[in-house]
Amino acid sequence: MKDKLVDAIVDLMADAVIDLPKDVEDALKKAMENEEEPAKTQLMAILKNIELARQQKKPMCQDTGTPTFYVKVGVNFPYRNLIKDAIIEGVRKATKEVPLRPNAVDILSGKNSRDNTGRFIPYINWELVDGDECIITVMPKGGGSENMSTLKMLKPGVGLKGVKKFVLEWMVEAAGNPCPPTVVGVGIGGGADIAMKLAKKALLRKVGERHEEKEIAEMEEELLKAINSTGIGAMGLGGKTTVMDVHIEIAHRHPASLPVAIAVQCWANRRKSIKIDREGRIWNID
Amino acid sequence: MEYRLNLPVGEEEILKIKAGDVIYITGIIVTARDEAHKKAIELYDEGKELPVDFSKVAVFHCGPIVKKEGDEWKVVAAGPTTSSRMELFEYDFIKRFGTRIIIGKGGMGDKTARACREFKAIYAAFTGGAAVLAANAIKKVKNVYWLEELGMPEALWVFEVEDFGPLTVTIDAHGRNLTEEVKQKAREIAGKIEF
Repeated sequence: MKDKLVDAIVDLMADAVIDLPKDVEDALKKAMENEEEPAKTQLMAILKNIELARQQKKPMCQDTGTPTFYVKVGVNFPYRNLIKDAIIEGVRKATKEVPLRPNAVDILSGKNSRDNTGRFIPYINWELVDGDECIITVMPKGGGSENMSTLKMLKPGVGLKGVKKFVLEWMVEAAGNPCPPTVVGVGIGGGADIAMKLAKKALLRKVGERHEEKEIAEMEEELLKAINSTGIGAMGLGGKTTVMDVHIEIAHRHPASLPVAIAVQCWANRRKSIKIDREGRIWNID
Repeated sequence: MEYRLNLPVGEEEILKIKAGDVIYITGIIVTARDEAHKKAIELYDEGKELPVDFSKVAVFHCGPIVKKEGDEWKVVAAGPTTSSRMELFEYDFIKRFGTRIIIGKGGMGDKTARACREFKAIYAAFTGGAAVLAANAIKKVKNVYWLEELGMPEALWVFEVEDFGPLTVTIDAHGRNLTEEVKQKAREIAGKIEF
């Protein structure tokens, strides 16, 4: 079973870096159709690149990211003990076979480990759920967009208005750096760490998918409109679509704190998932 | 305007180009990121020899994926990296080496724009993430330097390219900086939005 899991991780990573999800591609196409120069050239290059990556089975972007996984494991899933090692081995194998860019650098020596593994890397976010199945999601996220992440502990007195202002201003300063059109994940509440976790997890949602709470869904749309009105545009060269979507996740906060975290995902909004059942059958899920 | 340039280019050709123009490059381009910029400047200041003549090539902010097939390196994916990280080094780099064309993504700041004006250079953006498109224009890996020391993403990769582009010029040698103009305007618009 372990070998089967390792191979499934290799396939999952290959699929994620080569084949952009349809909802993202559709959003980019829509943006291209509404756009004028110079943004149109950028979006056309992006769409052509997406096609070439699929045809030639090559990673769409050279920055295949820090390998980050989200694992939802059922309490009765029989292969729980194999997952971690299978992910690490799968990442090593995928780095060589796909290939992926080696992106794990030792903090002290500055040396690249050359196989995308190292201390805490690949990083696995675990979630224990009911049942006997397991869902593994990979999010290859590049450094350019990751560098545009931020966290601010706002004063609760500024309220949600203050949150919106902070997000808008941050995205203007980020400008072309995170490879727009981007998807913005916003985590509000919890503590500093929880807000950032939520912001990043929000990026797993599909483009166009709204939060289940009406007020949060409205806030997502309000921010989407506001950021796009600034005219940063594709690659920061000016244009109508700076962000494809804004996804907000919330948690209850401490009375004295209003943490707001922002995680930005580049246009290459890569995410893929597989499901494994108790018999060890594996399939792709959307 | 659209230009097809054969490297190396001289001052006269650079002066023709304006911010907003699109260029395609044929010739030699060399990748350099943070570590390579730092090392190149240090070696120059110590009076040591460099493996590449940066005045004749275009410098590409890029950390590619390359694969060895037999004795030859093949480029798998090679899109640009975020140029603003190199803002720390670019003025000193252009001043020392006389590089005429810098390629990256996301635009660069005032200091680089000043270097472009003073030493007659341009900065052009390749579409971020369009790594297969870029790889297709790279015909050959001519050489690689500092690979052992800096690793695959940070090494100096010497590429022979043909019609490498489209590249949108965002900083010209006349003092314009397109991405900064866009950002300034965006700040003004954002400042007026009331939630």
